[in-house]
Amino acid sequence: MNLSVFIPLAIVMALTTWLVRALPFTLFRRKITNARVKAFFDLIPYTVLSAMTFPAILYATGSLPTACAGLAVALILSFCERSLLTVAIGACLATLAATGVMMFITSR
Amino acid sequence: MAETENNNLKNADPAASNGGTFHEGLRDGLAIGLGYLSVSFSFGILAVASGLSWWQAGLVSLTNITSAGQVAGVGIMASSGGLIEMMISQIVINLRYSLMAISLSQKTDKSMTSLKRALLAYGLTDEIFGVAASKEHEVGSKYFFGLTVLPVIGWVLGTLLGAVLGGIFPDFLTNALAVGIYGMFISIVIPKAKHDRVIMICAIISCGISCLFFYIPWLKEHVSSGFAIIIAAVVAALVGVFCFPHGEEAKEAKA
Repeated sequence: MNLSVFIPLAIVMALTTWLVRALPFTLFRRKITNARVKAFFDLIPYTVLSAMTFPAILYATGSLPTACAGLAVALILSFCERSLLTVAIGACLATLAATGVMMFITSR
Repeated sequence: MAETENNNLKNADPAASNGGTFHEGLRDGLAIGLGYLSVSFSFGILAVASGLSWWQAGLVSLTNITSAGQVAGVGIMASSGGLIEMMISQIVINLRYSLMAISLSQKTDKSMTSLKRALLAYGLTDEIFGVAASKEHEVGSKYFFGLTVLPVIGWVLGTLLGAVLGGIFPDFLTNALAVGIYGMFISIVIPKAKHDRVIMICAIISCGISCLFFYIPWLKEHVSSGFAIIIAAVVAALVGVFCFPHGEEAKEAKA
């Protein structure tokens, strides 16, 4: 890509992304004492991750059945409280296995 | 007063400080780094398809460390969009990081000085935040730095690999890798939700609202995915706060 297009946009993009993170993290220092506000910020991590995962995970592979296999295995492993890495790898392997099965079925 | 001094002493002693070590952070970051390697691989392919060279794709990843924002940003670059458009799109899509930064600021220990906060904020991603926020202990600067190292390496390396090798890597392999990152999200939410009814209910509500933005055509057309996530997360958390007395809130109300 032409540098005269890329460089200014890349700088603005990087600065904006950094400021969106750094300003609140640096300026917001005091501990929240209001119980409701605190409860809100305690819940935010989980609601953010939930919204990002569903329904996006269903379309991550471009094929609903293989994505569902990955989702199911991830749910089962994490309900058994397995580690982050185990769940991530398990989900990948399940998707891969389901892809293999789908390829076998469609090739017949 | 005596109690405050006592606390300060405790925090000054590194052995008593409970913010976590660099090594612990590094270990916790491994899964994220591996997950990023796969997700950024797809980004590398996309960036090159949008007209960026391999080093430009790598530079965008190194300076942003964010998936949705980078996909939108590269789209704007491809269409030679304006600087203001770039700025607004990045603010809206990445606004959730502001929310996470405030949330995480409640868990940081005294080792997080202003300068360290400003520098370390660079690596605040959804996954790094999710892991840091779910720790039992406070989050110290050493732990947080360790936590960001492997994900940043994985993110940039994956982008470069995708940009260079994208064309020759089989689709089914990249597709399977893409599920890994979501598996990671699930492994952060489910164990907590299992033991806390309010987290479980809020997580389900958040998924539900997220689905509305995905499946209702008008909403999908008019609300960006970054903004949809913010709305779903905030509404679900508000429902949790106002409809269910949170454990901690109930305790404080009694005391």
